[in-house]
Amino acid sequence: MPRPNREVAKAKDFKGAIKRLINELSEFKKLTIIALVLAALGAILTIVTPDILSNLTDEISNGLVMNKDNFEKITKEVTNSLNEENISKVIKIDFSEKNIGSIMMDSDIFFEDKQSFQKILEEMQSNPDSGMKLIASVPESILSKLVVSNTKDTIKFIKSLSGNVEVPDSIAKELFHEFEIDGVKISVNDQKEFLKIVSRLNENMDATSIYAKVDEMPSSIKTLVEPYMNIDKIKNIAIVLVTIYLISAIFTYFESILMCDVSNNFARKLRGNISSKINKLPLKYFDKHAIGDTLSRVTNDVDIIAQSMNQSLSTLVSAITLFVGTTIMMFVTNWVMAITAILASLFGFVFMAVVLGKSQKYFVAKQKELGALNGHIEEVYSGLNVVKTYNGQKISNGKFDELNDKLYKANWKSEFLSGLMMPMMNFIGNFGYVAVCVVGALLALNGHISFGVIVAFIVYVRLFVSPLSQIAQAMTSLQSTAAASERVFEFLDEKEMLDESKLTKSLDKKEVKGNIEFKYDGNETPTIKNFSAKAKAGQKIAIVGPTGAGKTTMVNLLMKFYDINSGEILIDGVSTKELTRENVHSLFTMVLQDTWVFNGTVRDNIVYNTENVTDKEVENVCKTVGLDHFIKTLPDGYNTILSDNDSVSAGQRQLLTIARGMLQDAPFLILDEATSNVDTRTEELVQKAMDKLTHGKTSFIIAHRLSTIKNADLILVMNNGNIIEQGNHEELMKQKGFYADLYNSQFKL
Amino acid sequence: MFKLLKSFRKKEWLITIVSTCLIVMQVWLELKMPDYMSKVTILVQTEGSKMSDILINGGYMLLCAFGSLVGAVIVGYLIAILSAGFSKKLRGKLFRKVEEMSMSDVKDFSTNSLITRTTNDITHVEMFVGFGLQLLIKAPVTAVWAITKILNKSWEWSMVTAVAVVILLVVIGILTIIVLPKFKIVQKLTDKLNEVTRENLTGIRVVRAFNAEDYQEKKFKNVNDDLTNLQLFNQKSMSIMSPVMYLIMYMLTLIIYFIGAYLIKDAMMADKIALFGDMVVFSSYAMQIIMSFLMLAMIFMILPRAEVSASRINEVLDTDISVKDGNVETKKEVGTIEFKNVSFKYPDAEEYVLRNISFKANKGDTVAFIGSTGSGKSTLVNLVVRFYDVTEGEILVDGINIKDYKLEYLYKLIGYVPQKAVMFNGTVNSNIAYGEAKEVITDKAVKEAAKVAQADDFVSKMDDGYASHIAQGGTNVSGGQKQRLAIARAIAKNPEIYIFDDSFSALDYKTDAVLRKELKKYMKDATSLIVAQRIGTIMNADKIIVLDNGTSVGVGTHEELLKSCEVYKEIALSQLSKEELDNAKTK
Repeated sequence: MPRPNREVAKAKDFKGAIKRLINELSEFKKLTIIALVLAALGAILTIVTPDILSNLTDEISNGLVMNKDNFEKITKEVTNSLNEENISKVIKIDFSEKNIGSIMMDSDIFFEDKQSFQKILEEMQSNPDSGMKLIASVPESILSKLVVSNTKDTIKFIKSLSGNVEVPDSIAKELFHEFEIDGVKISVNDQKEFLKIVSRLNENMDATSIYAKVDEMPSSIKTLVEPYMNIDKIKNIAIVLVTIYLISAIFTYFESILMCDVSNNFARKLRGNISSKINKLPLKYFDKHAIGDTLSRVTNDVDIIAQSMNQSLSTLVSAITLFVGTTIMMFVTNWVMAITAILASLFGFVFMAVVLGKSQKYFVAKQKELGALNGHIEEVYSGLNVVKTYNGQKISNGKFDELNDKLYKANWKSEFLSGLMMPMMNFIGNFGYVAVCVVGALLALNGHISFGVIVAFIVYVRLFVSPLSQIAQAMTSLQSTAAASERVFEFLDEKEMLDESKLTKSLDKKEVKGNIEFKYDGNETPTIKNFSAKAKAGQKIAIVGPTGAGKTTMVNLLMKFYDINSGEILIDGVSTKELTRENVHSLFTMVLQDTWVFNGTVRDNIVYNTENVTDKEVENVCKTVGLDHFIKTLPDGYNTILSDNDSVSAGQRQLLTIARGMLQDAPFLILDEATSNVDTRTEELVQKAMDKLTHGKTSFIIAHRLSTIKNADLILVMNNGNIIEQGNHEELMKQKGFYADLYNSQFKL
Repeated sequence: MFKLLKSFRKKEWLITIVSTCLIVMQVWLELKMPDYMSKVTILVQTEGSKMSDILINGGYMLLCAFGSLVGAVIVGYLIAILSAGFSKKLRGKLFRKVEEMSMSDVKDFSTNSLITRTTNDITHVEMFVGFGLQLLIKAPVTAVWAITKILNKSWEWSMVTAVAVVILLVVIGILTIIVLPKFKIVQKLTDKLNEVTRENLTGIRVVRAFNAEDYQEKKFKNVNDDLTNLQLFNQKSMSIMSPVMYLIMYMLTLIIYFIGAYLIKDAMMADKIALFGDMVVFSSYAMQIIMSFLMLAMIFMILPRAEVSASRINEVLDTDISVKDGNVETKKEVGTIEFKNVSFKYPDAEEYVLRNISFKANKGDTVAFIGSTGSGKSTLVNLVVRFYDVTEGEILVDGINIKDYKLEYLYKLIGYVPQKAVMFNGTVNSNIAYGEAKEVITDKAVKEAAKVAQADDFVSKMDDGYASHIAQGGTNVSGGQKQRLAIARAIAKNPEIYIFDDSFSALDYKTDAVLRKELKKYMKDATSLIVAQRIGTIMNADKIIVLDNGTSVGVGTHEELLKSCEVYKEIALSQLSKEELDNAKTK
């Protein structure tokens, strides 16, 4: 039956289980350590990169800043050329009293102009240094009279001095002289242009518009003023980054390949151990434990271990490295920013921890409800015939709806809460980003840090947030790993069968005569009590009794599947205690009721473990049991693959196991002759085959057939785990005891 | 998949539409963030910017982030409700459908397959609805939107991003092509490993008896090695995925910055700062694009699995139920069963399982069926309870064609005990008093029934008597005990007609004999149909019908058949010797 969802198991002893797991891993120690070191290194590289990336960003942003030194130098040169002295050399202004007088007298000039001129004159007197600027404010009508070499250019020039300075070519030639900065010659014309642009700059202008003006400047100045970007340096940083990225990628790759190797080979080893353990455990174990239980250890549990080794272990190591490393790096870079980043993420994590805890609860509930619901579905589907004929739909629907509704509730809650993780993480990331930016900007404005630090922290915040949730996830998966490995190791630690390497006696199956003797020897609370009997070579012993009477236990003791508590079974006078299990097994042929046919060819199934069997022998045996004809009708004859499908009937399967036993040719025979699922004709065949098999052997037959019972040399009657009567048919019928009762009951109604 | 989504009702569609709107809003906010981010970046970058501007833009960014979080929470809530509700409804629908199915429909699918479909497959579909649906809406919206946002920024950057996406898709594509088919083989090998282990465990006595431990271990080792090697190959191939993914993402940022450096260098002074901002924004949009393509790739990886599951669910939902319910709720006679020229073959089969069977059982009669395996005796009684419908002819119960009865009514007339006893999770009491009978089954009736079925003894010995817990599938009681409880269940129902489908096989001779004696006393007036393997079980029936290959080869009492029917004689002689048969007759 499919069991899709197992309940989330928790380890009984988490530490112990993990310790044990690590011990078991010792043979892979080297590889694991290398892998984990690689993971840690990879993480360290991841931490280093933001710093380098921030250098790169710094370099690029250098390309945004104007060359202030040069700008100032040029400004200085240009303003120097523009000083009073120089200007007065070029422009002669007649401040003689005569001239002033004639201006004042000039009737063409408005009175207002004269008045302002008067004021300027007064100002000039009180403040002789302010020179040209004041002159520029002299009304034009007066100015033309004032300037000696009165040209349009000069007037214009003087007027522009009060605002946007414009130097006409004629004047510029005399005013400016070509100069050189860093080997770049700046011509008179360029200086003139520069002056024109700079004088138009407004104090309130923002950086972008100031920068825009630079583009209008003459190329000589532009080259000097333009931001300088060190492309070579950028290239070098980029190369370093690429190298680190590549190395980190290679590390990660090799780390995961190594972990693949370790986890899969470890899984292989565990599976192999379980498989060989199966053959070392006493049969009692399997009588007590369901097959599904052992199976799930081989597959599910080992898978869980391998998977979490493959993923969680290296994730855990790299996440912790990342976490610790990032924290250190943040503090090293800037402690104020580091605290900001940690505080910003912390509040998110507290919230997340709460959410995670809640969702875990619903997740467990979901698994539980799912298990209950699936159980109900399984039950109803496989018992549908009864559900239908007993009108059980209403009950089952009611139960189904109730369980389905419970599942729905747990389901949406757990899904909703676990779905919150991602958006929460994103928000914490963004919150951290803003916090880092704001605090970073504050610090940067004060000149404490560079912009690159902010960029680095933007990345640090992200690196800091992600490992925490990874650690949380890895821890939960470690929980289930611990539980799984506990189950696996519990199985591997089960008590094995007694060691028999000291036993030296051995009976050859070709020489055994076939006597068997049960000796009773004071037993306390045994399954089979106080039983002694003797079987001579070639005899037929029937074992009868109701179900659960202990017939199988007899077989288990004979075959040494179970150890005898006290007393002994002697084969040809040798106690089975002195013989190895292998030796005892080789003396017996066993044909059981549940015909065991495995997935493989017909020939494989018949030959099984018997060595040196020729095809001819196989065929002979099949002819003897009457199977040859049937096998030849199969599509591939003896090579037909047998599987679970119904192409081979129950009776034919039984014949097959008889053929298998016949090939083994051991002196003793154990036979369970129930043929309840066989049709009459095949039953006859089986009967004949069994008769042939018993021929010349000492045989123990779990009897279901009256004819067998009657012919037996010895009948062991079992009830409640005990042999209560023994003797042959006549003797037992005379006793009128349990056997006689049992025998007669067949004819009653 | 989409066929299943069609079952969405108004409410579900509304949720989907609201979620879609919210997701679009979320994407809008998320894509808005880089804008503010770049503004903050520029502000931080340039001298003389005011702190208040940074705070305002940072505040906007946080607002966007918070808005997106709120959106995500609401969407998460809606989708959780949607997917959980969807799977709940679908599971309920499937469950009821299977309950309605006839046994031949069930047989077509096999019980195990139906269980998997109702459990695992629904879980797969639910996972897709819960997880995939959100991604399916979000990924393309984000991708398209982010692309339009950066398309006009700089063709160099766009080129690089495009190349990164292509590389990413190619890597994923190649891995998918190489590894995905192998994943299916892993499943097969795991099954094989299970099979070999199961084989070893079920045959453990044989394995040991043949000293074949090494043989089995070698077999196991081969499969184990195959599995491990394949897993190694798969996982090693997949190992390349994560480093490549990260490499692509990191390299993309680096290259965008690198190209940005050149672009800034060559740009006019006026554009430099804007370009720098663009660069930062672009790299974050480029990440969004890469992520959304990754998400899309993921969907295409999980979609096929969900698709397979969805089609398996649809197969069940689309099945026509072969047994139709009737509506008659009255009867003409009491305790009669009549077969009129009944023939039966499984749908799509060529061979008839039963041919031309006719007989009538009157009130109080015991009719027994015997024959070899495959003779059709179980099928015959299964027709009476309409697990299958007859192909030809008709079956009358209490004088009315069983096809006309309302099934619930018909089943109240019949007490059916199957070949394999079925136990439900519950108590002994709830198992015996299972279902709905004509009258409510009292505790007294339960005890009475258990006594007749020879179950009272062992039930009384159990820890809590009739309140003792019975595990699912009855794993905590033995086969014989289960069968007795199943018989008690039929008795407790007090039906007019009993059907025992080889129900005594797990009982030993003695219990079998006592039980039948008690049963005969108890159900004097009831009609019963008995399928059996043992001659002893049916020797005293009023009518024995011998089946061979689906046809009736003899009808009569034990004595009559011994004389007249060759097949019956053969069966009898294979079980009892001649003198025993004679012996039995005289008793």
